[in-house]
This record gives sequence, C-alpha cells and structure tokens, in this order.
Amino acid sequence: MTSSTTDAPWEAAEQLPRSAEARVDHLVVLGLVPDGARVLDIGCGDGSLLALLRDRRGIDGRGIELSREGVNACLARGLPVIQGDADTDLANYPDDAFDVVVLSQTIQATRNPRIVLEHLLRIGQQVIISFPNFGHWRVRAELAFRGRMPVTEIMPETWYETPNIHHCTIRDFVGLCRMVGASIEKATALDGRGKPMRYAMPWWFWNLVGAQGVFLLRRGGSASR
Amino acid sequence: MDTTLTPDAESGLRDEAKPSRRDYDALPASDPKSPVALFGTDEPLAMDSGLTLAPFQIAYQTAGTLNAERSNAVLICHALTGDQHFAHTHPVTKKPGWWETLVGPGKPIDTDRYFVICSNVIGSCMGSTGPASLDPATGRPYGLGFPLVTIRDMVRAQAMLLDRLGIRDLFLCIGGSMGGMQVLQWASLFPERVFAAMPIATGARHSAQNIAFHEVGRQAIMADPAWADGRYLEEGTRPAKGLGVARMGAHITYLSEPALHRKFGRRLQNRAAPTFSFNADFQIESYLRYQGLSFVERFDANAYLYLTRAMDYFDLAEDHGGVLAEAFRGSKTRFCVISFTSDWLFPTADSRAIVHALNAVAAPVAFVEVESDKGHDAFLLDEPALFSAARGFIDAAARARGL
Repeated sequence: MTSSTTDAPWEAAEQLPRSAEARVDHLVVLGLVPDGARVLDIGCGDGSLLALLRDRRGIDGRGIELSREGVNACLARGLPVIQGDADTDLANYPDDAFDVVVLSQTIQATRNPRIVLEHLLRIGQQVIISFPNFGHWRVRAELAFRGRMPVTEIMPETWYETPNIHHCTIRDFVGLCRMVGASIEKATALDGRGKPMRYAMPWWFWNLVGAQGVFLLRRGGSASR
Repeated sequence: MDTTLTPDAESGLRDEAKPSRRDYDALPASDPKSPVALFGTDEPLAMDSGLTLAPFQIAYQTAGTLNAERSNAVLICHALTGDQHFAHTHPVTKKPGWWETLVGPGKPIDTDRYFVICSNVIGSCMGSTGPASLDPATGRPYGLGFPLVTIRDMVRAQAMLLDRLGIRDLFLCIGGSMGGMQVLQWASLFPERVFAAMPIATGARHSAQNIAFHEVGRQAIMADPAWADGRYLEEGTRPAKGLGVARMGAHITYLSEPALHRKFGRRLQNRAAPTFSFNADFQIESYLRYQGLSFVERFDANAYLYLTRAMDYFDLAEDHGGVLAEAFRGSKTRFCVISFTSDWLFPTADSRAIVHALNAVAAPVAFVEVESDKGHDAFLLDEPALFSAARGFIDAAARARGL
C-alpha cells in the first residue's frame, strides 16, 4: 500500500511567509483551501484558523465550537460561530452546504467518529481532517517498553483526563475512509513539530513516524465493508 | 427583578382596588411621557386579522444621535410587559430604564455610537394604540373591540415608525423574549432593512406549554368580576385581582427553581413561625404578591390579553409552509442567537431550532448559550457573559458596516 499524495499543497504551505501567529498545521490547511471557498471549521477554538483563511483566502467561514470562551473570541473577530459540537450539530446541515469542511484534531474526541465522518462528507465537497496518530513510534514505544498509555505533545493529557476517547492510527483511518466510501485526494503526515513530511512514502512508514495524519477527502468511490 | 417588598404586600391583593374614571385619564395609554408618532386615516396599519387600524399612534423613546449616513440605527424590541423606556426613568414606577444593563454610553449598545430606538408595541398600553386607547369611532375605550394583534403587526407598525423617522435600514435589531420574536419577524419580513439581528431568549414559535401558561393568566383576568367583559375602563373598575394573579403565575415562569431557592428558599416573611393561616408566611409568597400588585399599577389588563395572544399566535415556520428555514432564505443579515441554560420558558432547544434553520439557508449565524441560573429573566439582568457576547458581536458588526 502506497500513498497517493501529491506534495504540492504542502510545498505551498512551506513557502508561505510565516506570520507570527499562524500555526504550521493551519498553514497546511491554508494550502488546501481555494480562494473564496465556503468553509465550516468544526472545533474552531478561538477562530484563528477561520480568521487566517478569511484574511488570506477571502473565504466565507463558519464555525462550531464547544466552549463559550472560544465562541466569544470568535464573535469578537466577527466570525459566525455557533456553540455546539460535532456529535450533535452536524446532522442539521444540508448536503453540500460547504466547499470545505475542516475537522482539526477533533475526530478522536467524538462519540461516534464514523457518523461524524459521514456527515462531513455529506456536508462538504471536500473534507480536511487531521488527528493524532496512535501508531507513532513514540506511542508504540511507550506501550511496548513501559506498558503505559502515552502522553505526547499533541496528546498531552493522561488517560483519565483526556477527551480523546477514540484513538486511531493513520492506517486505521485509511480503513475507515474505505468503509464510508471516502476517496483520499491527498494525505500526509506531520512530524512532531507539526511540519509536513514532504516526500511520498508508503503508509507503513507514515504510520510509524507521523505524529499527526492530515487527509483531504471527498465523497466518492463505493463503500466496502 | 426587584426583591424589595412593601410592608403591606401580603394583604395587598385582598384589598379592593378603587379605580375611578379619573384613573383612565391618568393611564399611560393616554399620556405616555415620551414622543409619539401619529398616523392618520390616510396611513392605516393593515393587520393580519384582515382589519385595519386608523388612526393610530406609536409612542417611542430614543437615545444617541443618528449619523449623517443614517446607518447607525438600533431598534430595541421590548418584551411582553416591557415598554419604550429602555434607558429612561419609567414615568409610572420611577425605576431606571429596563435595559440600562446593556444600553448606554460605553455599554455593548453604545449610545455614544448608535442611535437607539424603542417603541411601545401596538396593542400595549404605554402610549401606542391598544385596547385601552379611545376608539375614535365611539369615543370610548376600544376594550375587546380592538383588533387582535400579531407579532407581524407590531413589526409593520415599527417599520412605519422608522419610515417616519427617515431611517431606511437598521444597523441592529435586538430584543429578548417577545422582543426576540419581533427581531426574527423583522429579519424575515424586511431582510434588506436589518444588517444585524440579535434574538435573545426566544423562539420561532410559542410552545404549547407557553400557550398554556398564557391561557391561565387570561382566564384569571376574565374570571375577575371587575373585568366586566373587558369594559372595566367604562365601568370605572379595574380587574386588579385577576391581572395580579396572571402576573404572579407568569412571573414564576420567568425565574428558575435554583434562582427561587437562592433568593427565598423556604424562608418565612417577617415572622418566626408559620401562622397557621393563608397569610403570606413564605417570602416567596410575599414576593409574588408584590409582583402582582406592582404590575397592576403599570399595566392594562386587556393589553395583557392582547399581547399574550400575539405571542401565542407566533409561529414563523407556519407562515412559510412549515419550514422555518424558508423564513430566512436569501437573508444577508448576520445573526447572533443567545439562550440561557436555566431558561425553561424559551429553552436552548428553541434557540437551536432557529440556528439550524439559519444554517440550512447558509445565513451567517453565531450562537451562544449563556450559563446562568436566573431563568428566562436573565436577559434583563446583570449577566457578564451576555454582555461580552453582545459586545463582541455588535463591535464586529459595526466594523463590517464601517461604523
């Protein structure tokens, strides 16, 4: 199994001038979103990604955020963000409501990741989704050699405090994409510092060295199970 | 919400009210103590009932200054028993304006920046034409001869007032409860006239439970012999008991169990032990009786019947083939919907239904559920989370409009 990635968007992200505020993973998303797109950011936090996309891509952005503090920060930025969550609110959006739907570092915290992914594919023409890779070598090493649940930079909470209830590896996620009939348009892994790994590699390699997986999906193909 | 109790509150509702014809002349319906826009027979108000109202008048208050571009107008829509005195001392109760928490210099609705208008709704009793007004055809108070009023009628009348004031469109339309219904109706009926809309603690329709509470209140009024089939102004009586009981019942729905418990608990009113009587032993009883009494002083019973009915009839989806989203299709208005966690009169689910409808037609909508144990009345109270959300939304909208 080899990846079908093209590195163009990641290259684009690399070449963008680094603004002081922008996170690297946000710049990766920036490289994938076309100008003027209608974008839904689920779990949008303080709205920094939506604001970046609005200022740099002229998008028409919407957000969903669980915390009132996050929603208030978004309001102050002039972003239309509703207080809600991925598990309960996505069902109410019509089909094809957005050009791009972004779910960043959130799917592993949802109650039903498969249903969430199916809604994302229904609502958006394209889906950009990122998640921490539980197949990363450090995770494996923690489990194999110390026998402990891993605590890493992008999974900083201990097992009894973490909101992440549905961990998966990059290969697991590829399997879910197959099951729900999502076609993977682009995919890559980010290293521990959030930088894209720029070369096409086999899945097993990314699954070992990638700290996060980032996928650009589109509904299509036929579901297999 | 005022917790001050008058010493005689506990016996108040058992006292006979002694109104006279002189009371009628002193009613706020006749003398609103605020500017009034008069609409003659050449400018009738076409109402949903099929009837027309003419002549009629709208009493209103303003704060701030309209800018040269006339682009900074804010319309505040008041709730069921509210009035136009949002930032002005009330002429009857002498209390501060009902929304001075949110409106004023430097407040989220900044009267140094915006021209703020609030008009008494049609059918009310604080100076706009309603059942307590004189019917020019008979020279007597309308009473139940007044046409039934809807939320849309209120909004149409407000639009006529804005036309009169030379205001083409609103920067912001904002209101809570029945005021929120008007905001939704404004955005649906005149989308091009509303730049930003903030419906607070409201719903796109009145629920069966809410209609039920209103019906209990209306029946209390009608069961009072002094109501006299609605002709009490002519008879020189006032259905003070009925209206007081209606208010007492309604007031419970504006609060929450935690708020009642925190404020009153089971504490006794100025006594060490129960009196083994039906006096107001408990503080909550005394408080409710006071609420009923003080309401009767400032509100007309028939107006209460008409306005509760207007809320009951409100169902924005029903007006659009049963699909709420159709009420907002094509809207460019930016929305900020706000609910309160402990509001069981207009629960968060009602606000979410509005948000989902707006999402369905891709309208820009923000939604905040404010954590509060103060119940429905939270929108009128000191709620910092409400203020910060409102400030963020309104400031950003002002930037977008170039204010």
